[in-house]
Amino acid sequence: MSDIADASVLRASGLRKEYGKGAGMVRAVDGVDLDVAGGETVAVMGPSGCGKSTLLHLLGGLDRPSDGEVWLAGRRIDRIGEKALARMRRTAVGFVFQAFHLMDELTAVENVELSALLAGRSPRTARRRAVDLLERVGLADRAGFLPSALSGGQRQRVAIARALSNEPTVVLADEPTGNLDSAATLEVLRLFESLHEAGQTLLIVTHDSRIAATADRLISMRDGAFVDETRLTGGTSGQLGALAGLEG
Amino acid sequence: MGRALLVFRLATRDLRRRPVEAALLLVVILAATATLTIGLVLRQAAADPYQSTREAIAGPDVVASISPPLSGGQPADRGELLDMADATGVVAHSGPYPIIDAKLAANGRTVDVEAEGRDTGTVRVDQPKVVEGSWVRDGGVVIEAALADALGVGPGDQVSLDGHSFRVAGVAVTAASVPYPEATVYTPPDIPTGTAQLPPPPEDLGLVWLTEPDVSSLAGRADSLSYVMNLKLADPAAASKFVANYAPADTPAGAGGSGPAMGTIATWQEIRDNASLLVRNEQRALVTGGWLLGLLAVASIAVLVGGRMADQTRRVGLLKAVGGTPGLVAAVLLAEYVVVAIVAAAAGLALGWRLSPLLTDPSAGLIGGAGTPSLSLATIGIVTAVAVGVAVLATFVPAVRAARTSTVLALADAARLPRRTAWLIAISARLPAPLLLALRVAGRRPRRMVLSIVSVAVAVSGIVTALAANAELNASRFASSSGLNDVRTERLGHVLLVICTMLIVLAAVNAIVSTWASVLDARYASALARALGLTPQQVSSGLAAAQVLPALVGAILGIPGGLALISAVDPDSTTYPPLWQLLAVVPGTVLVVAALTTIPARIGARRSVAGILQAEHA
Repeated sequence: MSDIADASVLRASGLRKEYGKGAGMVRAVDGVDLDVAGGETVAVMGPSGCGKSTLLHLLGGLDRPSDGEVWLAGRRIDRIGEKALARMRRTAVGFVFQAFHLMDELTAVENVELSALLAGRSPRTARRRAVDLLERVGLADRAGFLPSALSGGQRQRVAIARALSNEPTVVLADEPTGNLDSAATLEVLRLFESLHEAGQTLLIVTHDSRIAATADRLISMRDGAFVDETRLTGGTSGQLGALAGLEG
Repeated sequence: MGRALLVFRLATRDLRRRPVEAALLLVVILAATATLTIGLVLRQAAADPYQSTREAIAGPDVVASISPPLSGGQPADRGELLDMADATGVVAHSGPYPIIDAKLAANGRTVDVEAEGRDTGTVRVDQPKVVEGSWVRDGGVVIEAALADALGVGPGDQVSLDGHSFRVAGVAVTAASVPYPEATVYTPPDIPTGTAQLPPPPEDLGLVWLTEPDVSSLAGRADSLSYVMNLKLADPAAASKFVANYAPADTPAGAGGSGPAMGTIATWQEIRDNASLLVRNEQRALVTGGWLLGLLAVASIAVLVGGRMADQTRRVGLLKAVGGTPGLVAAVLLAEYVVVAIVAAAAGLALGWRLSPLLTDPSAGLIGGAGTPSLSLATIGIVTAVAVGVAVLATFVPAVRAARTSTVLALADAARLPRRTAWLIAISARLPAPLLLALRVAGRRPRRMVLSIVSVAVAVSGIVTALAANAELNASRFASSSGLNDVRTERLGHVLLVICTMLIVLAAVNAIVSTWASVLDARYASALARALGLTPQQVSSGLAAAQVLPALVGAILGIPGGLALISAVDPDSTTYPPLWQLLAVVPGTVLVVAALTTIPARIGARRSVAGILQAEHA
C-alpha cells in the first residue's frame, strides 16, 4: 500500500450539477462529498452516464457546480473568477482524457511542452521538461512523432506526460483506458502505478474494474451520487498486471 | 431527371437548414454582381441616350463652325460654311447660326457658356428638344439640361449673360454638342494683350440658346460673332470621310497679325464618344470595383464553404452510407452554391440595372438616360458567368474533398486534419500564450490564412485606388474655374464612395466569417488550451490575433497592390494618395479587423470547455 499524506488536496462537499429546468431537469451530480488526500489514488467507478465525467470536470474547474463546494490545494475554487480558475488549472491540475486530446499537428514532444509554454515557461525549460517526461513514460524515441504515427497506448502516455508537465497537485483522469486495447491498457496502468509510487495524487474516473483495482480507494457512483466506497488494502505493487487481469 | 431532382431537393433542404449562411452567401455574391452590372451597363450608358437624343432632335451628322480671324476687325467667313452645305453628300443643313462666348450667372454662380442664336421656329436639322418650358424667344434663354441641373435653374428663373438679364424660357437637350461641362468650344478664346499663346479652354463649358437678335445684341460687334452649322449627310456612317475633306484651321498663326480664320468640324461619332467620356471614369471605377468585389466574393465564399464543410462531414457520411455516390455528394454541394449564385446574379443584375441611372443621370444632358440603360445579353451572360464561376471556384475543392472522404470517417465526423507548419510552431513557442495560440490556429489552416490575406489585400488595394482617385478629384476641384460642382466629379465621388463602402462591408463580412470559421475549427484546440490553463481572455485574444496577423500582412501587401492597380487602370495617372493616408491604411485596417473579430472570438472563447471536450469523443 502506498503512503498517503494526511493533508487533503482535493475536497468536495454537497456538490451538485443540474442541467435543464422543471420536469426536464437532469441532476448529473447529486450531493457528492469527497476528500482526496495528497498522494492518494482514488478511482470512481460507475456505468456510462452516471455523472463520473461531470464530477471530474467540476473537481478540475472545467465546469461550475450548481451547488456545493470544491476545494483544491487548500483553496475554494467553485466561486473564483475565470482567470483565477485558469491559473489554478495551469498549476494545480493535470487532465488526462479518454480521447487523448492531443493536437494532431504537434509532435509528441511539442504536445507535452504545450502546457508548460502556455504557463509561460521558457521554450528551453519547457522542452527539457517535455523530453524528461517522455523518457519517463517510455517514449523518448517517439518524441518527434505526430500523434497519427503513435499507437493508442502511446498517445495516452503522451497525454499523461503532458498532464504532468506543470507538476500538478492532482492528476484527473477521465476514462484513460476507455479507447485502448488490452496491451495499451497495461502500458497506461504501469504508468499510473509509477506515478502512484512517486506520490502523485490521482483521481481516475473509469468504468473499467481493472483500473479501479489499482487504486487506494474505490468509489462507486450511480445516478450522480456516491453509493459505495471501498478502501483497497494490500496495494498493487508488483501484481498490477495479474490483479487487473491483463497477465496470466 | 430523378437524380437531378434529388440533387436539387437535397441542396435546397440544406440551404434552408442554414438560412443565415445562405443569406450571407447571397449578400456577398449580390454585392459583387450588382457592382459588375453597373460597371458593364455604364459602358453603354452614354452611347444609348446619345442615340435616343440624336433621333429625337434630328441630330446632325457633322457640326462645323467658323470664327473670325484672331487679328480681329474682320467678321467670320460664313461663306466657307455655306460652301460646305452645298457639298456632295449633304442632304440637309441648318444654320449657320451666330454664336459667342459669354458668362452665365445664376444663383450666385458663374459659368462659361457658348450662346447660340437660333430661329424661334423649328428646323429640319438639330432642333434641340425642349424638356422643360418652351423654345427661345426674345429675352428668353433656353439652357442645356446638364447645365440647368448644375446651376439649379428652370423655366421662369432669372439669369444674366455678360451682365444682361434674361428669363429662362426652357431647358433642352441636344446631340450637336457634348453636355455640360464638356460643351463643344466654337468661339475663339480671348487672348490677353501682349501674349502670343492661346489660353487653355475653360474647365467647365455649357451651352445656351437665344434668339439671333439677342446673340447679336450680346456680341455688340458683328466681327466678334462665330458661326455654327449642322449638316445632315446621305450616309451618316461616312461622316468621318466627309470631314476628312475639310481640315479645320484651328491653329492660329499668331495672336497679333492677320492670322487665318479659326474653325472646327466634328462628326456625330466624335460627339457621341466625347459624351461617353463623361461616364468613362465611373465606368472604369465600377468595372475595376466589380472585379475586386468578385475576388473578395471568391475569398468569402471559399471561407464560408470551408466552414460549412466542417459541419457537413457527417451529412456527407450519411449520404454515402445510404448509397450516394461520390459524384452525387459533389453534385449536391456544387448545386447548393450554384443555386445561391444564380439567385444572387439575378438579384445583382436587377439591382445594378436599377441603380445605374443614378450614375448616368439625365443631367448628362441626353434624353433616354433616366432609368432606361439597356441590359444587354452580353452583360447578363458575363454577370451570371462570374457569379456561377465564383461559386464553382470556391466550392470545387471542398466538394471534391467531401466526395473523396471515407464514409466511415465521415460518419464519425472526424475533423479534417490540420496542417503542420513546423517553423511556425517553433517560432510561436517563443511568444506569449495568446500569440502562441494565434500563430498555431492560423497555421492549422494555411488556405484560410491565404484567403484572409488575399481578402484584406484586395480590399486595401481598392481603398488605395479610391484614395488616389479621390486625390485626383480634389486636385480637379481645386483647378475648376467656375466654382460649380462638377457633375462628373460629384458622380465619380459617389461611385468611389459606393465601391469603397461595398469593399469594406464585404471585407468586414469576410473577416467575421473567417473568424467564426476559425472559432469553430479551433474549438477543440481552444477548449484544450483552456483546460491547460489559458483564461478566456487569452483564448479570445489568440483567436482574434489569428485574424489580425493575416490582416496585417494583407494590409501591407494591399498598398503596393493598390498602386499597381492605379497604374493598370490608368497608366497616365500621376496622382497618388498622400503618404500619411497610405501609412494610416495599415494600422486602420488592423484596428478594424481586430474590432470585427473580437465578438466572435469572445463567443468562441467562452464556450463550455467540458462540453466541447466531451463532444469530441462522444
